Amino acid sequence: MLVNLQGPWSPLLGRLAVSQIPYENPILVGTFVLVVALGMAILGAVTYYGKWGYLWREWLTTVDHKKIGIMYILVGLVMLLRGFVDAAMIRSQQAMAVGPDSAGYLGALHGYLTPFHFGQIYTAHGVIMILFAATPILVGIMNIIVPLQVGARDMAYPYLNAVGLWLTTAGAALVMTALFIGDFAHAGWFGNLPLNELPYSPGVGVDYWIWAFQLSSVGTTLGGINLIATIVKMRAPGMTWMRLPMFTWASLSANIISLTSFPVLTVSLALLSLDRYLGTHFYTAGMGGNLMLYNDLFWIWGHPEVYFVILPAFGMLSEIIPVFSEKTLFGYTGMVLASFGIAGVSWGVWLHHFFTMGSAPDVNAFYSVSTMLVGIPTGVKVFNWLFTMYRGRLRFELPMIWACAALFFLLVGGMTGMMNAFTTNDYMVHNSVFVVAHFHLMLLLIVYAIFGAVNFWFPKVFGFKLNERWGKWFFWLFTAGTATVFIPMFTLGFMGMTRRLDYIPYAQWQPLLDAEMAGIVLYSLSAVYLVAQLYVSLRDRALNRVGADAWGTSRSLEWATPSPVPFYNFAYIPHVNARDEWAWRKENGIAQLRHDRYEGIHMPKNTGVPLVLGALSLVLAFALVWRMWWLAALCLAGIVILVIMRSFAKDTDYIVSPEEVKRVEDALWAGTHARGTEAEGGRGRGAVGGGLSPAHSPSAPK
Amino acid sequence: MSASASEIIDPAKVHLWDRGHHGHDVIGTRTFGFWLYMLSDAMIYAALFASYGVLSHVMNMAGGPMPGDVIRPGYAFGETLALFTSVLAYGYAMAALRQGRAGGVAGGLLGAMIFGAVFLGLVGKDIGDLFAQGITPERSGYLSIFFTLVIYHALHIVVGLLWMLVMLVQLVREGFTGNVVYRLVNLKLFWHFQAVVWVFVFVFVYLQGVIA
Ligand code: HEM
Ligand SMILES: [Cu+2]
Repeated sequence: MLVNLQGPWSPLLGRLAVSQIPYENPILVGTFVLVVALGMAILGAVTYYGKWGYLWREWLTTVDHKKIGIMYILVGLVMLLRGFVDAAMIRSQQAMAVGPDSAGYLGALHGYLTPFHFGQIYTAHGVIMILFAATPILVGIMNIIVPLQVGARDMAYPYLNAVGLWLTTAGAALVMTALFIGDFAHAGWFGNLPLNELPYSPGVGVDYWIWAFQLSSVGTTLGGINLIATIVKMRAPGMTWMRLPMFTWASLSANIISLTSFPVLTVSLALLSLDRYLGTHFYTAGMGGNLMLYNDLFWIWGHPEVYFVILPAFGMLSEIIPVFSEKTLFGYTGMVLASFGIAGVSWGVWLHHFFTMGSAPDVNAFYSVSTMLVGIPTGVKVFNWLFTMYRGRLRFELPMIWACAALFFLLVGGMTGMMNAFTTNDYMVHNSVFVVAHFHLMLLLIVYAIFGAVNFWFPKVFGFKLNERWGKWFFWLFTAGTATVFIPMFTLGFMGMTRRLDYIPYAQWQPLLDAEMAGIVLYSLSAVYLVAQLYVSLRDRALNRVGADAWGTSRSLEWATPSPVPFYNFAYIPHVNARDEWAWRKENGIAQLRHDRYEGIHMPKNTGVPLVLGALSLVLAFALVWRMWWLAALCLAGIVILVIMRSFAKDTDYIVSPEEVKRVEDALWAGTHARGTEAEGGRGRGAVGGGLSPAHSPSAPK
Repeated sequence: MSASASEIIDPAKVHLWDRGHHGHDVIGTRTFGFWLYMLSDAMIYAALFASYGVLSHVMNMAGGPMPGDVIRPGYAFGETLALFTSVLAYGYAMAALRQGRAGGVAGGLLGAMIFGAVFLGLVGKDIGDLFAQGITPERSGYLSIFFTLVIYHALHIVVGLLWMLVMLVQLVREGFTGNVVYRLVNLKLFWHFQAVVWVFVFVFVYLQGVIA
């Protein structure tokens, strides 16, 4: 052992011992019972209905980009729930532990969470929301939509795609494991050093945090490679660069960021793990370490990461707004340049996360100005969206209201970001809940765009629309929750409340903290409406079926193939003639043209290897956390051997016969056509949807 | 750029579907992806070199060995020669690939493996000597990053050797299939990349260490 571990270590179990299972904590035991009960219920249901074979064949071993995307989103949603429970605990603790007279329960002096437990909760909340909720959901949506938008049958590397999914899932599973075996990091999602060094955080919490980060980092990097290659190499003939749909451009810029920045995260955490495992001195306070190196490396990833999550959200807005304004996107070229402008600038601003660390004034000034530069391309985007809506025929259907609200949050979040970017100002608000409110509004803008996108593309993937009435209830309650939580939070930030307080000494802040708590209640209520929306939509799906062009005014290529999308995406690879190809076909009255005969289609075969790789990585990470060296070595060897064996596999593809393609196509289009005309007729929008007559096409701005 | 509605499109002539689409260029796509992977690895190296820059001030030596005490540029030059000979041998394998000579490819691979192993042995001996003198990564921040950088590069060499071994087996078993060819091309990129990185290690760690 190269480092001094506190507590016992045995060759077989490493640091693992029964005492590491927090069975005396009623909160964790309750959660455990709940998770186990839920897990049993799901496994039981799968067994009862005899769905194991289906699950294995259609989902666990799939390499279909759409199914992988759906699973990414499901993982993200589960983790979103977990992160939300963490948030509710943070808020309730802060509402209870106010003032010296506040009561204490469950061993806490005030409130019901001890400081160590509270620290783990806010750390887990941040890690989960950014890495295991927002990122997987966004990656999932990119996974589903990008190949469709570029006119491809799958991603460039379908097998690698599945590997990325299962690595990310392994990371999420590791975070969940930390709940019940051992503990989690307590030093914040971005890790404070040297607090995270072994002498000051002797438990396994930081190790869990490191390996969960690393798994998701590798998964996201692989996903980035895949998406970039798909966009560069897999575009359909005629899909020139300047005809790419805007969401695809946004995905490209975002994934260039992720591909170049995640490796830096890997390094920043790998050096920390060397400190913790081998006793090196990268970030230690003495012996020649430099803890500012950590801050720099982490935020060199950290800031590009926030743009990695926001650029796809911008892309979603750019798809939704034109469809519901019935116009082309205003300023296409400007939009493309702005995306890459944002991506470029995001690399040169990281120091704004530690202005107060006391760099020289000119250094701070440089990063202050570079941070504010982001406002220019972002402003370009905002105005382009507004001009798209200007004199458009606006329809406030579900995706559109989410998109409009997202624009509002972009404004508030961006303005407050600008306030942080002034160094002088930042010295006042740094580490206050004002900053917390700033980035939450930014991240909520992403959440709003995601909900918009889910409502927007759901009919494409599943063939029916989500219920509008329940969806609007959900929207308004969610928005009320957002306002009720974050307006008081900005206020408290100005009043000087620092972040991450497990106890708040000032009783006069109680009303505002109570208001934030009320916001959480609204959020919880809204979740009920979300579930209801999903339930009602599923129940009434027969009534809400849609054709290929679900919204009647859709524009890009993904709407040219039937809904739900067949597993091979396009029976024929489309030949692209214009930007907004689908709108162009409708305008020219040729959207209804179909093929008369079919050709065989070359598709990749399913494989269980990615799932096993993910499982091995999970056990590997677990073994490293607990320092069970033999198990770690075994898993590593297993991974290497599996990868080599897979490289010998020859039977990896197959051909779908033309008859099979014809059968699937006929079934999908047969329903579609009747439904399509009926739906458009019902809304009284003439020929937009079917595109049968170019004469009254409303979507031909010049 | 939406075409104007007044434009007349003849449905019989318009080109809407790409009939007889025979997939994308597999080797080109795979090689492109490998370039992207190498970009991400280059970022890892960049971060490590930056850390090396940060951690090579006097205070990072923590009173321990200085660069002059750990660095032997002459020895490292020997390592360089071994690695470059290996790359040369790999280049020979690629030339043989172009001519479709499986034997030449196998010979080149074997040569590359031998010289790669020599390089690895030299690096291992260097590190072993330092360890024997009590110069270890735990001694100071400077030594931590020094060893991390050198060992991270050496790990790539280990992976490269393993990969070459696999390619030898696949070459013998399968001949020049698409899979084997694209993997040989990617391995070439990988191997050259490691040589390029070594040049950086040599310049920034070894040569600069001597100057400082
Ligand atoms: C694009 C979406 C954005 C996201 C997701 C985002 C996210 C974040 C996050 C997570 C932090 C807090 C880091 C921490 O202390 O834990 C932060 C801080 C900051 N943000 Fe943003 N941000 C975004 C946009 C902006 C914009 C547009 C600006 C300014 C132009 C900005 C300026 C800042 C500054 C200066 C800080 C540092 C505040 C401090 O810690 O004292 N951000 N942002
Ligand atoms: Cu930032």
